[in-house]
Amino acid sequence: MAQISYRDALNQALFEEMRRDETVLVFGEDVALYEGSFKVTRGLLKEFGEKRVVDTPISEAAIVGMAIGAAMAGLRPVPELMTVNFAYLALDQICNHLAVMRYMFGGQVKLPVTIRMPGGGGHQLASQHSHSLEVLFVHTPGLKVVYPSTPASAKALLKASIRDDNPVIFLEHEGLYNTVGEVPDSLEPGVIGQAEVARPGRDVSLVTYGAMRYVCLQAADRLAAEGVEAEVVDLLTLRPWDKECVTDSVAKTHRAVVVAESPPVCGIGAEVAANIYEIVFDELDAPVARVSGADVPMPYARNLEQACIPHAEDVVRAVRQVLPP
Amino acid sequence: MNKGELMEVYYRMKLARSFETRVAEQYVKGRIAGFCHLYSGEEAVAIGAMWHLKPEDYVIGSYRDHAYYLMRGGDPREAMAELFGHSDGCCKGKGGSMHLFDWGINFLGGYAIVAGMCPIAAGLALAIKHKEERRVVLCFFGDGATNQGVYHEALNMASLYELPVVWVCENNYYAIGTSVGRSSASESLARKAKAYRMPTSTVDGMDFFKMQSVAQRAIAHARSGKGPAFIEAKCYRYRGHSMSDPATYRSKEEVEYWRRRDPIPQVKAAIQHDFDAGEEEFEEVDRRVQQVLDEAVAFAEAGSEVPADRLYEDLYVE
Repeated sequence: MAQISYRDALNQALFEEMRRDETVLVFGEDVALYEGSFKVTRGLLKEFGEKRVVDTPISEAAIVGMAIGAAMAGLRPVPELMTVNFAYLALDQICNHLAVMRYMFGGQVKLPVTIRMPGGGGHQLASQHSHSLEVLFVHTPGLKVVYPSTPASAKALLKASIRDDNPVIFLEHEGLYNTVGEVPDSLEPGVIGQAEVARPGRDVSLVTYGAMRYVCLQAADRLAAEGVEAEVVDLLTLRPWDKECVTDSVAKTHRAVVVAESPPVCGIGAEVAANIYEIVFDELDAPVARVSGADVPMPYARNLEQACIPHAEDVVRAVRQVLPP
Repeated sequence: MNKGELMEVYYRMKLARSFETRVAEQYVKGRIAGFCHLYSGEEAVAIGAMWHLKPEDYVIGSYRDHAYYLMRGGDPREAMAELFGHSDGCCKGKGGSMHLFDWGINFLGGYAIVAGMCPIAAGLALAIKHKEERRVVLCFFGDGATNQGVYHEALNMASLYELPVVWVCENNYYAIGTSVGRSSASESLARKAKAYRMPTSTVDGMDFFKMQSVAQRAIAHARSGKGPAFIEAKCYRYRGHSMSDPATYRSKEEVEYWRRRDPIPQVKAAIQHDFDAGEEEFEEVDRRVQQVLDEAVAFAEAGSEVPADRLYEDLYVE
């Protein structure tokens, strides 16, 4: 066991998978010589060389398109889009090609592509650098979407994503790179599609992912001081998400709050809430509450940005809404 | 080229031309649906570009893909069945006209997004280079694709990494109803590509002999590891952009001009001139073509739809 940062856990996963399988390739903007704008690819060029760690021009659409072609021809590419915001430039390749080609060609192609994309807000990077775009990919059949929140889940799930023969959108939260956590020395790949109960509880289910895990845990601590035991369910995978884990939790607690950083309209909160209603309606003692980011582009000014991102007190307030008066 | 080879070229071109005619008939009958883009007139580009390929080379192209599939050696029955949306189509009815695909002949797809397949072609070539194979990738697209952003990204990266791609631009002068003159600031598409640092050529795409000669050099260049090459093939589609397009944006005179330069009679005339072939030999080829297509249509008609309970098949690798 060791205390490792989220960044280093991802870096370790890349090293291990690249050592294990010589068809794994990393490419993207500034991933090789510069070692990655967030340093997740540090050291890879030195060990694996230019053929396997490739710097690209600023060409997001072609970065993804080339990953698709390379995967068709038998490689296992792990392209990086510098931030999720730049994924918009590659949306055609992701949603019109990567997601559909296996199905469209009657199962004749296998596309083991894992696209890493850091995202999320909180560093005053303004509206073109602060998106949480996971929902676009979650909505798209043919993709898998993973969003780890701890160093251990980051390492385990990146290993699993790379080994998965399907296209995986692998989201990382920029604000979590320096967070530190326990990572077992020899870690098996995680299970895509499996959620984690980060904190057990009996009074309310807080369903969440990404950096909001920590916001929910903070809220749970505050609630505990008032005698309310919140169960925090971290989805870890957004597509396919773990309906069983979430509905089992709600069947136990009878109340749910879904907490996501991204804006509310058609967000993960809406998807999870709809399913809770469909599957365990009779277990609910209150409507499902949603806590989400503000429905505006992310502003630059510190106070305004902080008003856009959910905090522990927002979660506590939502919990009070669903608890009996 | 010897007589046998040229008769094979003639056969393939007739097969592609007649296949499109059959497809048009079936489309009008309602057996084929959706968007259907016919290649009639451009046959010399496809067969000329592919003639010097090896079986292990990859071919990828646009939605105007029936001829690519057939010229690469694809089975007309599986293509027709795919257009009918049947389970024994090459893509089990999931793709349709614009998305034929067959690993068995290394035809890696028709794609509906203009220029969308260009970075994919570069990626295939990246894998070839990475694995130190001697394959090349032939990527077909039209004049319209040369204005798409990702086209430029793909050409740039293929040249930067010296990838074995041969870019074949079918300049048939129109992207649906918009002429090259109204859409490309540089009317020479080869000159646009030259900015990406690779050998380019412009060729008469209605002339099989010129096309195959230019392609031979381009393929050899790419295969030698020197990087990509670009061919602008000036050609003409005799029909509209698709079955829904009456092509009123082209004058009768213009269409007739290009009809007079039909690539198939040119090949026939060359064979007759060089090898003293009799009319009955060509009639034999025509009969063979019709027989193959009769079988293809019969196969498609006899097929059946994929049961709806198999809707979720082939989405994910389990």
